[in-house]
This record gives sequence, structure tokens and C-alpha cells, in this order.
Amino acid sequence: MSHLFLGWVIFPPLLYSEKQQPIDFSHKLHVDEVGECEGCHYFREDGSFSGIPALENCLECHEEQMGEHPEEAKLVKEYVEPGKEIPWLIYARQPQCVFFSHAAHVKLTKYSRDIWGWNIAGYKKHTWDRMKMDDCAECHEARGSHDACFVCHK
Amino acid sequence: MKLDRRTFIELIVGFSAGAGGGFMLTPVNWKLMDDATIWSQELWPRYQLGGLKGQLPQRGKVTHADSVCNLCPGGCGITVRKVADRVTKIEGREGYPVNNGGICPLGASGLQLLYGPWRVPSPLKRVGERGSGKFESITWDEAINEVVQKLGDLRNKGQSHTVTCILGSDRGTVPQLFDRFLKAYGSPNFVRTASAEDTYELALGLMQGATGSVGYDLENANFILSFGSGLIEGWGSPVRVIQAHSRWRSNNLKKRAMVVQIEPRLSNTAAKADNWYPVKPGTEAALALGLAHVIVKESRYDSNFIENHTFGFEDWSGSGGKTYRGFKRLVLAKYAPEAVSEITGLQANKIVELARAFAKAKRPLAVWGRGKGTVSGSLYECMAVHALNALVGNINKPGGVSASPQVATRTWPEVDRDTTAWSGLRKPRIDGAGTGRYPLTKYLPDRWPQVINGGKAGTIKALLVHDADPYYTTLDSAAVAKAFDHIPFVVSFSTCMDETAYHADLILPNHHYLERSEDIPTPVGLQKPILGLLRPVVSPQFDTRHTGDVLMSIAKSLGGSVADAFPWEDYETVLKETMGEKWDTLKKAGYIEDVSYKPSTWGQAFGTPSGKFEFYVTAFDQAGMKVGKDLDYLPHYEPVQPEGNPATYPLILIPTELMRLANGAIGNPPFCTKTLEETELKRNDLFVEVNPKTAAEYGLSEGHRAMLETPKGKAKVLVHLFEGIMPGVIGIPKGLGHTAYDDYLSGKGVSANSLMGVVEDPITGLSATWGIRAKLTSV
Repeated sequence: MSHLFLGWVIFPPLLYSEKQQPIDFSHKLHVDEVGECEGCHYFREDGSFSGIPALENCLECHEEQMGEHPEEAKLVKEYVEPGKEIPWLIYARQPQCVFFSHAAHVKLTKYSRDIWGWNIAGYKKHTWDRMKMDDCAECHEARGSHDACFVCHK
Repeated sequence: MKLDRRTFIELIVGFSAGAGGGFMLTPVNWKLMDDATIWSQELWPRYQLGGLKGQLPQRGKVTHADSVCNLCPGGCGITVRKVADRVTKIEGREGYPVNNGGICPLGASGLQLLYGPWRVPSPLKRVGERGSGKFESITWDEAINEVVQKLGDLRNKGQSHTVTCILGSDRGTVPQLFDRFLKAYGSPNFVRTASAEDTYELALGLMQGATGSVGYDLENANFILSFGSGLIEGWGSPVRVIQAHSRWRSNNLKKRAMVVQIEPRLSNTAAKADNWYPVKPGTEAALALGLAHVIVKESRYDSNFIENHTFGFEDWSGSGGKTYRGFKRLVLAKYAPEAVSEITGLQANKIVELARAFAKAKRPLAVWGRGKGTVSGSLYECMAVHALNALVGNINKPGGVSASPQVATRTWPEVDRDTTAWSGLRKPRIDGAGTGRYPLTKYLPDRWPQVINGGKAGTIKALLVHDADPYYTTLDSAAVAKAFDHIPFVVSFSTCMDETAYHADLILPNHHYLERSEDIPTPVGLQKPILGLLRPVVSPQFDTRHTGDVLMSIAKSLGGSVADAFPWEDYETVLKETMGEKWDTLKKAGYIEDVSYKPSTWGQAFGTPSGKFEFYVTAFDQAGMKVGKDLDYLPHYEPVQPEGNPATYPLILIPTELMRLANGAIGNPPFCTKTLEETELKRNDLFVEVNPKTAAEYGLSEGHRAMLETPKGKAKVLVHLFEGIMPGVIGIPKGLGHTAYDDYLSGKGVSANSLMGVVEDPITGLSATWGIRAKLTSV
């Protein structure tokens, strides 16, 4: 019993570090406003994926404060005005041993939103919901695409 | 309850199972397992990479930027691939007139020099003993003040002439700024580090009255006779020569040119040549003259050129009625194939065959400069080889040889010198160049250590070193180290911690070549004028400054006429103004190539006193030089005796050079060191090449540890048996044995320079060393 207690109540807060993003960014809000992903997460001319947008992207709209939200005020004051890049904490990134092509998933299939929908903050709230191998495999299997090791582990 | 052994064990087992079972019902173990995968995936590879996050490729936009490589005098165009702000690859620039897309191993490793641990991160001041490597970081203002104070003091004391600058080049705006600084400050002591160009410039000056070094039209020659030049070992502008080499070898499967290599060792160049003639080391000049003998005797020379545009071929009468011996009589009398065979060890009939083949070829070309061309060499040897080019009339012709031209740039206003500067400049140079015995020589880079050690301590009170590593590259390392001890103030402008920087009092680090702007004059050995532009492709990684700017700051703080000599705001302005109207083109294209350039025709080409190509050098008399015998005015064979007593040192040690091993002012980067074979470097042990016959004589076998000793030093080496080296000769690769830099290079192998001495050429005073006597004993 004591171990159940330890395991459920005491250890989790010790093992899981809770971290706040520098800005409490809402994907939901932005997708509703902008309407698509490509405004911020675009493909470069050479087909590589830009990934996390730079401050430059934010400046396209937020050069000055647009609304009332305190987080937006924080963005403008702490990052836009001094011209400082936002140190986003990135947990969606795959480890070095994995080859993940955004182009293959976004441009060639219609499932990108599904993958996106599983994992991105605002839709799921726990950091342990990072994309793991079994998540990839599950979808690959369900959609009948290749699921050999070398598809991802080049 | 009674706690006996049984209950105790029951309790432990029960407790453990309960605990395990309990934990199994919680997320803890899943979380720990998950963490373990993350650790093994991400942290372990990172740990293997040295724990540095910076070594993992950064994510970001991929861009390309064009610049020029500055790691050797080859001046190749490069295209740098960047991901975000990080340089990830250096490639040869497509369409660049020197290397057209090609790159050498050193050039490709340039980013290791940019990010490697051997960078000097900020201005450093020595705090420990010299050579202890103890430095403290200081600010730029402090560093510049330190130099200003020292140089100001010396100048006030009337000792401005004791300041010496050693540079890797004397062309381009930065070396010119140093030259200008010394002129305004008042010192004649500008020294350029040694290379084959030292001697070639003199040979061209004496025989053709030309200025500048040599340019070869390798691409259009169809018979290449190389006197020990490592054509594919990094000689000349390496990529350009290798590309020309591949064109000689094949053109739609049809061979286009003959390549003949004359060298005592089977180098890669020799192995790839059509014919390899191993001659006794140091006898190359005799062979050249032997070939000349056959060509003259069989009248296979270009009679139009010889009769109308040369002087001193036939005997001639001077103003006093005295008859002087011409080149023809000399070679006919002294260099018959049999006599040359005796000297060189090559069969007489082979000499005749080679001479005929060379003279018969449509566009024959004789090239000179041992190995990579990193040593000055013998003047008469260079002249003898050049005389062969004259005999076949390929001077200033397609497929021939001419003086290497420069793109014309704006000249700077004359320096206003004050009386201190004038009196300093009137003092003789410390190395003795340009005065007394050696009036024609500009610099004697291997001589100053001997001058200092020869009792003239105090001749150099301050030494400024830029773009050079004299502590490592100068022959006879022990003498150099000793001379350094006598120089009270050494300043290095080095980007990386090379040997000179390591033994300096002050390091004022320059930007790396990928971080700065600079003009790159015509690459070595090119026959057409090309000016390349070094451009910053990445922002400075450390607290470094452009040496051009630092030097001007020093001059400005010194004040007076020294400051007035530098009216420019910063180096960028200097560069822009010097390029004048060419700046826009240069900036846009990254280089300027004068495509319309053609060397002058024979009628206008020669600036000698006779206005002709001179076999008999009249310029010696004009310079007031006492050269002695009549023979000394003509190219002839004068053996350069290697140092050492043959009884004590029965073998001959020669340096060998490899494409994969940089031996100049830039230390070999790890990528290149990795490519060294197990028969070249094994862990920290260097192999020397020994012929199996010689090895048997000394009871040595492959991998045997031996003591290699010369009159200049000794070192433990490993023996590598190699049939491609002459019996009695030992080959030692140049470029290892560094003591500074970092763990990737320091302490690996032995420096060839530490075993070599300086044998001075009697006319130029430059080092004519091609080897040294040695002994090898089993240990």
C-alpha cells in the first residue's frame, strides 16, 4: 500500500518536471485566427521544414499589441521590443536516431493534422504525450504504410 | 511475534514482492523505462560526441556563400554551406578560375579550424614562463596599449630598426599594411617565410628581368618534366595542378601529355608519371644541364628564340676584348651524358632519350620547386631548369612559363617618414638580405635565428608575426627556439594556437578566414592575373579582430607620422579604396580575372640589361655583386652538400610531403590527420621510409623502433620498409611533431624541421637545404 502511495503520489511530481513555455501560446486560438499551419510552419524552397518559427514570424502580426491578453503583452514587452528570440521549449522533436520528414507527411498524405492533433500543446496537456515510436507505428500500421525499421531509423 | 530467521526471510521476500507489485501498479516504472529510452537515444550519442551540444548539427535554413580559401597560397574559390549560422561544409566553388569546383583535403577541413579547440578566444597575455602556455585573457584596449607602449619605447630610444615583422606573404593589402607600418615606423625588417618562390623570383629577375614569381601554363603543356615537384602532393595551387594532371592523363581516353618525374623517391607524383627517373638527391641541376647538353649538341633547341632573344648562349666578347664563355660551350664541355650519369646515378642513354623526348614534344615544360615548394632551394638548380624552358623556347608561350601577373590595384600615397623612421630604415636588415653579400635577395627567412644565436642577440627587440608560424616552419627548430629566447617581445596575430603564438608574449587573434574580408592576390604558379575576395561568411565566433584594423589602431596610437601614414578609417575602407573601380565587380563576383591578359611577346618581354633572356647573368655586375668565377654567371651544377660527417652519419635524410598532411603555417586538421595511414603515423609514432636493403644492413625490420639522428637533433621513429626510396636515403614526412595546437595534433610524430639544418645558397643566402646526413640505430 505504501508503495502504491509512493508510486502514485510522491514520485510523479519528483520525476516529472513541470516546465512553463516562455509564452503560454495557444495553437487553438492561432489556428482559428490564421486558418492554416503554413503561415508559421512553412516549407523552405529546398523542401526542408522550418520548424519552430522565429520571432520574425510573430512580428508579422504582433509588432504592436493587438489585443488585451496579458500573454501577448508579455510577448511584446519581453521579446518583440528588445528583438529577442523566444526560447521555446521543444518536446515534439524526434531524437537524433530518427529520420522524420515533414514534407513526406504533410505534402504527400492527408494525415498531418492527425499527427499534429495528437501531440501539440493546446490539444493534449501533458508533456508525456510526446510522440513515441509506438504512436508512429500505430498510424503507419493503421494506414497500411511502410513500417519497417529503416523507414525512420536510417 | 518472534523474529527468527524464517520469519525474517519471509518478511523480506514478502516485502519485496509487495513493493514490486505495488510499484508495478503505479506509473513510476513506466516513467523510468521511458526516461531510459530518452537517455539512451539522446544523451548517449551526445556524450560520445564529447558532451557538446554545439557539435550536433543545428537546425535552420540552409544557405550557401562564396569566398576564397586562404589556407595555402593556392587561393581556391570555395562555397560554404551553412545551416542557420553554422558552417557545415566547405566545397570548391563551381566555375572559379583557379579550381573550378575542386577542393583539397585541407580546404575541406577549414571548418575544423573555425570551430576547433585551437582557436585563440580573445587577446591573451603571457603570464607564465615563455613556452609554459600560461596566458591570461585581456581586453583589446589593454592588448593594443601593450604593443603601443613597447613599440613607442623602442622608437623613442632610436631602436625602431629592432622591430621585425614575419609574414607568410608580401602581396595583398594586409601584408602591404605591415610593410607600410614598418616604413613609417622605421624598420627595414619585413621578412616573408620561405618558399620556392624566393628563388624563382630571383631566377626570373636575373634571367628575364621580370618581377614576381613564376606562372606555368600547365593546362596547355603536353610534356611535363618535373624536377622533384610534387605535382599531386600539393605543389603550386594544389587543386589546379591536380585538375591539370587529370587532363594530362586522359582526354576522351586519349592521353594528352607525358609526365616525367625526377625524384629520389617514388612519391604519388612519381608513381603516376609516365616515367620516373630516380636521381641521387641534390643532383637535379646536373641532370637539367645534361639534358641541355643533348639538346644543344643535337641542335634540338628553338633556334629562333635562342638566336634572337637570348644573351650568353654563344661565347661573347666584352668591352675589354675578353671572350666570355657562353652557356653552349659550358654544357657541351662539362655536362656530357656520361659525366652527368656519374653525378646523378642515371644511365647515360636514359639522359639522351629524355632530352630528345623533351625537345621533340610540341609544348614541353620543365617545372621546378621541390615537393610542395615550401623550401627556397638552390638558385643554380632553378636557373638550370629554367634554361631548359628557354632552350625549347616556351618562355611566355602557350603551354610554357611566364612571370605570374597580378591584377592592378590602386597604389597608396607615399609614406611621409620622420627622421626617426629614416634613420631606422637606413640600418641594415637583420637577416642581411638586400645588402653586402646578398644584394639581390629580398628576404632571408631561415637566416635570422642564426644571426641572433651567432652573438647578435638584441638585434630583434620586438617581433610581430602574422599569417606565419616561423617557430614551427623555419628549418633547424632548436636554433629557432634558442633565438626566440633572445627576443624580449613577441606578438602573434594568429587565429589559432600555433607554435609561434604559444611562445609569444601577446596574442592578438585575427578573425578566422571565414570570418573576415581580405584580398587574395594571384595564386602561386598561375600564369593569369586573378584577384580573389575573402568574405565573412559567418560572424566572428570569438573576441577576435581583423589584423588590418588592429595594426592601424597600433599605428594611430603611436601618433605622429606613423599615425599619418594610415589615413583610413578601418580596414574595410582600405580594401575598398585599394580596389578602386574594381570593387563593385569584385564584391559582386567574388573575384576578378583578367581574361584578356597575355604575356608580352619576346621582343618586349625581357627587362634584363641586354633586353634579352640571359643565360649569362649580367645583373650580378649591375648589382655590384662579387660572384667570383666566370662560371658563376651561368647556370651550372654546384653540389649543395648536406650537413654532417659521412663517417658519423652514413645515410641521407630527405623530407617527404603528402597531400594529406599540411606542413606550413596551418597545422594539420583532424580530418586530414585521420587519413594518415598506419605506415605513416601510428598513435603518436612517426614512420620513416627506409629501403629494405638499407634496413637489412642496419638490422631493421618493418615497424622496428629506431633512433634517427642528424647533426641537428634526434628522435625516436618507427621504420617503414619502402622499396620506392633509394638505398641509403631515409624519407621523413613533413608536417607532424607539433607542440602547440591541441590534443588532435600536439605530440604526434616528429617535426622534420627539427632534424634539418640550413645550408645557404652561395649567391642568394637562402636555404638550399634538400636533406641532411643522418644515422639510424635500432633501439
